[in-house]
Amino acid sequence: MRALAGLLRKEVYHILRDRRTLVVIIFLPIVQVILFGYAIRNDVSHVRLAVVDPAPDEATLAMRGRFEGTGVFRIVAVVPRARDLEDLFQRGEAQGAVVFEPNTAAHPDRGVLVISDATEPNTGSLVTAYALSVLQTYERDRPATAAGVRIVPAVRMRFNPTRESSNLFVPGLMAFILTIVSSLMTAISLTREKETGTMEALLVSPLRPWQIIAGKVAPYIAVGFISVVGVIAEARLIFHVPLRGSLLLLLVEGLLFIVVSLSLGILISARTSSQRVAMMGALAGTLLPTMLLSGFIFPIESLPAPLRALSAAMPARWFVLVIRGVMLKGIGLTYLWPPTLILLAMAAALLAASTRAFHERLDA
Amino acid sequence: MSGVAIEAHELTRRFGAFTAVDRITFDVRAGEVFGFLGANGAGKTTAIRMLTGLLRPTSGRATVAGHDVAAATELVKRHIGYMSQRFSLYEDLTIRENITLYGGIYDLSDRDISERTARLLARLGLGHAADRFVRTLPLGWRQKLALSVALLHEPRVVFLDEPTSGVDPITRRQFWELIYEAAARGTTVLVTTHYLDEAEYCDRVSIMVGGRIAALGAPGDLKRQFHTRSIDDLFVQLARP
Repeated sequence: MRALAGLLRKEVYHILRDRRTLVVIIFLPIVQVILFGYAIRNDVSHVRLAVVDPAPDEATLAMRGRFEGTGVFRIVAVVPRARDLEDLFQRGEAQGAVVFEPNTAAHPDRGVLVISDATEPNTGSLVTAYALSVLQTYERDRPATAAGVRIVPAVRMRFNPTRESSNLFVPGLMAFILTIVSSLMTAISLTREKETGTMEALLVSPLRPWQIIAGKVAPYIAVGFISVVGVIAEARLIFHVPLRGSLLLLLVEGLLFIVVSLSLGILISARTSSQRVAMMGALAGTLLPTMLLSGFIFPIESLPAPLRALSAAMPARWFVLVIRGVMLKGIGLTYLWPPTLILLAMAAALLAASTRAFHERLDA
Repeated sequence: MSGVAIEAHELTRRFGAFTAVDRITFDVRAGEVFGFLGANGAGKTTAIRMLTGLLRPTSGRATVAGHDVAAATELVKRHIGYMSQRFSLYEDLTIRENITLYGGIYDLSDRDISERTARLLARLGLGHAADRFVRTLPLGWRQKLALSVALLHEPRVVFLDEPTSGVDPITRRQFWELIYEAAARGTTVLVTTHYLDEAEYCDRVSIMVGGRIAALGAPGDLKRQFHTRSIDDLFVQLARP
């Protein structure tokens, strides 16, 4: 036990004295949350809208007023002919356009054409959806006495009513950060000892392999845990992401995911002998799959079938499910036991595998 | 302890089709300074890894401090010290923290640790530097410190794998003084080296060629037996294909 305490103390010294890494560990989560919170949004604003209005009348002016009134659109140009749009789109001055026919007030059945720049498909479809919703609202509010056929666009999209994409990304971000802190840091710190030769000194000592592993990874569990608490606090305070379920459950599940990530880090370090390779391994083996396959950024439902199957093997996928459940839906273990069980099984399997890999390495 | 400290019998290690260590048999007496010589790739490090419990022998057997290295690895580990060619202290810890860490790993009491730390620092003349980070020490000092730390728990046998590589001649001499002091206290020393002048400092040496022991004995006896002027000449004579 004294030996283990000494190992733990040593690892804490390593962490505290490596200022650069410490700064990265502490600030990375905070900066990431801010970045994702403000920069990477699925909702759009300040959409540059062009309007083709050959003969403005009360109807088209009213609709234009509604577009400006939403706060989403900014009308950058009003042109008389549809072919003038070409140039605006080409130069990127307009992201969307609304084309009115002449005499709309008298003949609303002539319809309104909505065009969007779909070079970025997500933005394109969002712009279209917003524009349609503006037109629909106008239609609905129009006096029933007005003549003509109602234009009811067939497109429908369910809005995130407050348009908060932070609600979506914070859970995923937590998985992402824990993966960085846990697998990457563990893999690097273990391979560093291999590189410097201190690992051999530990291996010939009477320390048991589990003691060496525990001494190495326990401090990173603490670091990971601090990150979880930090991200939850930031999400609550800055982005007002709700925490509808149990905080305790969230923290326990966070701990479970940390153990899974750490074990992956140990596995990676057992297969590599230099810090650089370990870093590449951790990036390719854990970070990218977490980004791409966990449902953090891309919905799992929209992945092709083979990748969807692969995503089931990603611990982060289940963790994201759990956090979203606890934070946004406020559900507990009654509903979340399947992903929790999967995470538990993964933790057990990976811990066993990593301890074994550690043993085997002695014989290589 | 008297008698035999290390005993290897037909000790063999194969990696796939390659035989790194081929049926080596030798004894090292307690308190002896035993030189383990050989060219790069001759199998020295593999042999040491088996004797320290880091690597399982393919066949044959060996005992260290009276315990079988394959069957009682944990017991062996308690009684040995080890210093590899790569530096084995933590550079971002201070001298004192390194000593305390290894003292704790070998289960020494706090009193033992502080007593031995004081003695060790005084012996090396590092008392004033106890709280300096190891990375700020010159290489020679680090190596002497690493050896002293490997001896901290007073092991019965200490394995030194090329401990003096890259060190200047004066520091090498001081290093060997530390080795003799340990041997005088009854610690058995098995040391590998590239510096063949160092072989003359050993009580006995073995020369490994291609995984086998090609010569074994006291340096003086070996020179007479092979009619060479120095171990250096003998080494070249044996190692040349």
